[in-house]
Amino acid sequence: MALLFRSRTLLPGAVLTLLFTLAALISLVWVPYDTTVVDIANRMKPPSWLHPFGTDQFGRDILSMIMVGARTSIAVALVAVGIGMAVGVPLGLAAAARKGGLMDEIIMRANDLVFAFPSLLIAVMITAVFGASALNAIIAIGIFNIPVFARLTRGAALSLWNREYILAARVAGKGSARISLEHILPNVANLLIVQGTIQFSLGILAEAGLSYVGLGAQPPTASWGRMLADSQTMISLAPHLALFPGLAILLTVLGLNLLGDGLRDSLDPKLRRART
Amino acid sequence: MRLRKFGLGLVSALALVASVGMAHAKSDIVVAMQLEPPHLDPTGAAAGAIDSVLYSNVFEGLTRFGPDGSVNPGLAESWEISEDGKTYTFKLHEGVKFHDGSDLTADDVKFSLDRARADDSQNAQKALFTGIESVEVVDPLTVKVTLKEPNGNFLFNMAWGDAVIVAPESIADIKSKPIGTGAFKFTDWVQGDRIDLEKNADYWGEPAKLDKVTFKFISDPTAAFAAVMAEDVNAFVGFPAPENLPQFEADPRFQVLVGSTEGETILAANNKLPPLDNVKVREAIAHAIDRQSIIDGAMFGYGTPIGTHFAPHNPDYVDLTDNSQYDPELSKKLLAEAGYADGFTTTLKLPPPSYARRGGEIIAAQLRAVGIETEITNLEWAQWLEQVFKGKDYGLTIVSHTEPMDIGIYARADYYFQYDNADFQKLFADLTAENDPAKRSDLLKQAQEMISKDYVNTYLFQLAFPTVADAKIKGLWENQPTQATDLTAVYWED
Repeated sequence: MALLFRSRTLLPGAVLTLLFTLAALISLVWVPYDTTVVDIANRMKPPSWLHPFGTDQFGRDILSMIMVGARTSIAVALVAVGIGMAVGVPLGLAAAARKGGLMDEIIMRANDLVFAFPSLLIAVMITAVFGASALNAIIAIGIFNIPVFARLTRGAALSLWNREYILAARVAGKGSARISLEHILPNVANLLIVQGTIQFSLGILAEAGLSYVGLGAQPPTASWGRMLADSQTMISLAPHLALFPGLAILLTVLGLNLLGDGLRDSLDPKLRRART
Repeated sequence: MRLRKFGLGLVSALALVASVGMAHAKSDIVVAMQLEPPHLDPTGAAAGAIDSVLYSNVFEGLTRFGPDGSVNPGLAESWEISEDGKTYTFKLHEGVKFHDGSDLTADDVKFSLDRARADDSQNAQKALFTGIESVEVVDPLTVKVTLKEPNGNFLFNMAWGDAVIVAPESIADIKSKPIGTGAFKFTDWVQGDRIDLEKNADYWGEPAKLDKVTFKFISDPTAAFAAVMAEDVNAFVGFPAPENLPQFEADPRFQVLVGSTEGETILAANNKLPPLDNVKVREAIAHAIDRQSIIDGAMFGYGTPIGTHFAPHNPDYVDLTDNSQYDPELSKKLLAEAGYADGFTTTLKLPPPSYARRGGEIIAAQLRAVGIETEITNLEWAQWLEQVFKGKDYGLTIVSHTEPMDIGIYARADYYFQYDNADFQKLFADLTAENDPAKRSDLLKQAQEMISKDYVNTYLFQLAFPTVADAKIKGLWENQPTQATDLTAVYWED
């Protein structure tokens, strides 16, 4: 554990990430004000004790909106990264196990195909065709996480396949599926965790981008990107409308990136050895 | 020393040039609006953006709307109406030329009206022409229109953008190269950006004061704000972000005109889709909605509450907002009576304007308070026209009906809200046949009350029409009696 906190970026990253995760979790059971109720008489109020972040153009409490928005963002990004890992990692393992074979070629060229398209553009296309919703945003972002994890897994696994202990396992009669699961996967897990946090932060950005253009979660579900888009024309009237969701996106992404960096410093055996 | 003198001379020469340049008022203008026309044939589509660019500027009808909504002579300098009210004899102006140089004759009028009322006509307002029995050419400058029934609205109908006079030889290309008789000629259309017009030197009437007009299309409200602030555009008609208007008002560079429109903004209900086919459910929706909070929240206070599908500035308007007072308790009671004590779920499809998108969120919240859940879908205009207007695949939608005196759409059972009431259809037929102003006024009031009592739609507010323009521009229309940006009388003040 002490080893974990040797990295200077890990702690602030973890704190920020925890903060927003907590906000999202709390919003499941309690928010200061109901975000689906509008109160026009109290619209665009600046921050006060009653509304720490002020109220938006419909009189909704911005703090509550940020909390619900955190839930939306985290849920979308988490599930999207989950899809990417659940599909990408087995594909990468399979490709590495059959290196140079037909399966390797098919998997990796298919990955290249997905990789070749600008991800946000295709996400816009998917949501435009199948309709804008949080679910479609998840699918769109998830699909683009697949090649990231497949490549990473394959690359890391390839170098492991030449190790002596893998050879020993082979000699002992283990099949390649079993070797992949029992020996390769645990050894690439740390890389996957690091990449996972980075993809997670990219997922949050992608979700914010999609909902900014109106293709993410639909109203009345609060979402940071849409809060930004809605407050755009009012920025000179009530800057806090854009400030708080903007800060929320910034801090969450920053937190996750710091966390990812910190985890890599702590988990990656090569880096660890280099420092000591 | 000599050098300094030279410098001084140069400066004064420059100043002279500049002052000469200043002395002449500008003669070109860049007018921005939010929506770009899909094509340029005002007689072939419902899109109001076509009229916003071309009405009166490029195309003219027999009669035309003035800035106050009055019906004035257009291409017809005078007309006679027969005793029985069925025959209109129009006398056309002499020397009217189309922009391609050909003369306007009675044949063109006959062609235009026959084309609009033909069975295969693409005209979006065919109802304007259905009462026509025949169109006859008397002589090159006289045309006689015979109606099936007397129609007190006929001259008004002929002023619509859908009733402009077009020439048969220009029809093939009219969608990309409109040729009309107006004070401006079409020159260029850069799709997605702008349409250019230039002064028609051979105009038959009072010539335009501007030499060049550019219509720019800026759909994004933030970009619209920036374009006006940076003075990239000289005027923005139908400014999309009402929240920014106070800022322009406080800035001496700009003038802000907030005019009235014919835009009845309504929460339309699909009258054939259960449970919205139940009048009690529609009444419950009407009572669940607080108009003032929508006007304040979505339009920042710009808008007049309405209780029926009629413009408040019209002398025949009846204030029926009391029929649908904000009363959530009554709303819940009505829902329970209709058998939906636990509420129901329906769709709410929203086109792009902020009155719809913002108003939609407020309405969804207010409906939720009485137990009605709405699934909000944001649509682009093309999708909205396809799904809602044509496909009738929706529960609720918010839209502003900007055509003048369009209460007649309630007599069309196949119109998108699918209100099918024989009583109303009969009432409207009587109205159309009636020529006596007092009786017409009475029938119009009855019509307003009928649709209000039937809660066909929830009538929200009369859309305000904000125009932000350079303070030196004069002659812009403040109100929108029809969708138009009539620039024929616009000029720059020195």
